[in-house]
Amino acid sequence: MAFNLIYKPFGERAILVEWPAVIDENILKDIVNFKNSIEKNNIKSIIELKPAYNSLLISYHTVCRNFENEVNELKNVYLASGFKDKSKCVLWKIPVCYDIVYGIDLEAISKIKSLSKEEIIKRHFKPIYTVYFIGFLPGFLYLGGLDELLHVPRKSTPRLQIEKGAVAIGGNQTGVYPAESPGGWNIIGNSPIEFFNPNMTPPCFAKAGDKISFKPITIQEFKTIKLLVEGGVYQIESEVLDD
Amino acid sequence: MIKVLHPGFYSTIQDSGRIGFQQYGVPYSGVMDIYSAALANHTLGNKESASVIEMTMTGATLQFYYDTYICISGADMVAKINDTNIMLNKSIKIISGDKLTFGKLKKGFRSYLAVSGGFKTETIMNSQSMYKGITTQSRISKNDELKINTNTYYIDNKHALIKVNNELYFNDKIEVFKGPEFELLSKNQQEFLFQMTFTISKDNNRMAYQLLETLDNSLEPIITSAVLPGTVQLTPSGKLIVLMRDCQTTGGYPRVLQLKESAINILAQKFTGNVINFKLV
Repeated sequence: MAFNLIYKPFGERAILVEWPAVIDENILKDIVNFKNSIEKNNIKSIIELKPAYNSLLISYHTVCRNFENEVNELKNVYLASGFKDKSKCVLWKIPVCYDIVYGIDLEAISKIKSLSKEEIIKRHFKPIYTVYFIGFLPGFLYLGGLDELLHVPRKSTPRLQIEKGAVAIGGNQTGVYPAESPGGWNIIGNSPIEFFNPNMTPPCFAKAGDKISFKPITIQEFKTIKLLVEGGVYQIESEVLDD
Repeated sequence: MIKVLHPGFYSTIQDSGRIGFQQYGVPYSGVMDIYSAALANHTLGNKESASVIEMTMTGATLQFYYDTYICISGADMVAKINDTNIMLNKSIKIISGDKLTFGKLKKGFRSYLAVSGGFKTETIMNSQSMYKGITTQSRISKNDELKINTNTYYIDNKHALIKVNNELYFNDKIEVFKGPEFELLSKNQQEFLFQMTFTISKDNNRMAYQLLETLDNSLEPIITSAVLPGTVQLTPSGKLIVLMRDCQTTGGYPRVLQLKESAINILAQKFTGNVINFKLV
């Protein structure tokens, strides 16, 4: 199945390609597939590609003089790329300490949802999450796949400071804060992993289309992994999946 | 080295920014007013992308321990070398021991200091532009010791003063394109955008400029999608936010307008209380 895409100019040097306005894994696969095809075609005038839930932004080196030409070129690449519903992706296994030392909102969520803390934790580390894209902060992964029972509204007053590594729930989304930041999400744990390292190429291990799973660890394990991460010797567990 | 005796209100090292890292959530950064920074670099025979110091509202006090050339462009903050006024947009010879100071802001908001060869600071992801969490330092501080790329070829160009585009300071007209969600606005809302004179609120910085006047808004947030410097977002409360160079890579508010690139430079020289009018190109 090929989608009916909409191409819009976005300023002088970018084209926004839009898929239907829903969050859907088939759309994600199609976006990643289109992105890979554009990269393979090595179109010299394109400077970078930025995927999101249902869009792909294509930025050019110079002003697009003829929007129609650029769009036709992209349409040809899209048609030639074909729809692939099977693709290889990486599953990253992320250690998370759900101890209440880090999971400072577990108690409150437990009350709101009438679920035990153990049940909340289990329902959070059980699914395999999909990485839709990276945005908001450098290295912040937009993940899909949160258990509906764990949907908790954002806090009405955001915290001025959320710790680096905080694992949190905001509405129907879950994510890990890659750096210290203000934020309104509910915090249920902390991961000792670096989600963004400006000195690495690329600076993030994960990319759009990858999978994430969370693995519960004790405070002691958290401390050990943190030391290994700081020493630059920790290897994140991963496997290649045929999705 | 160049010793920072006083950093000014907010000064950073900037160049043409981080290109190619948007998919990792990394902001572009880079000089706010590309035109003025390029003018300073051209005057010295530097590459357009050479790093400069961007000074916001008030200038820095710097002591040079180099024999070199400098050029200052952008906002007029009454630059002086050893208490003698110097001209903007002109190559100025510096002798080791010279002290650069600035006075009161006369026009514009951001001033650019270029040195022959550019500054030599940490490069992260192909750029020297300072940004919290990416570069070690997020701004220039007192007692910093800055270095210059001294091995770069320098053309001793004695050409006349470059004619400067004063539109940057005296034009309230901000040229825009329709944004991806423009067509979702009602006819009234669309007309309002182009008839209203908007005032820049006190919330203006390298990430975004918020505008004071609000729009009656009934648009729902969108599914998070790409934003760019120059994107004008409409919040649920009807506020307009113009994103600038340090903006996030994605956002969830409707994108109603997109500034022309030259208009971002014009806006970068405006500050709290200044007014603008959007004009569709």
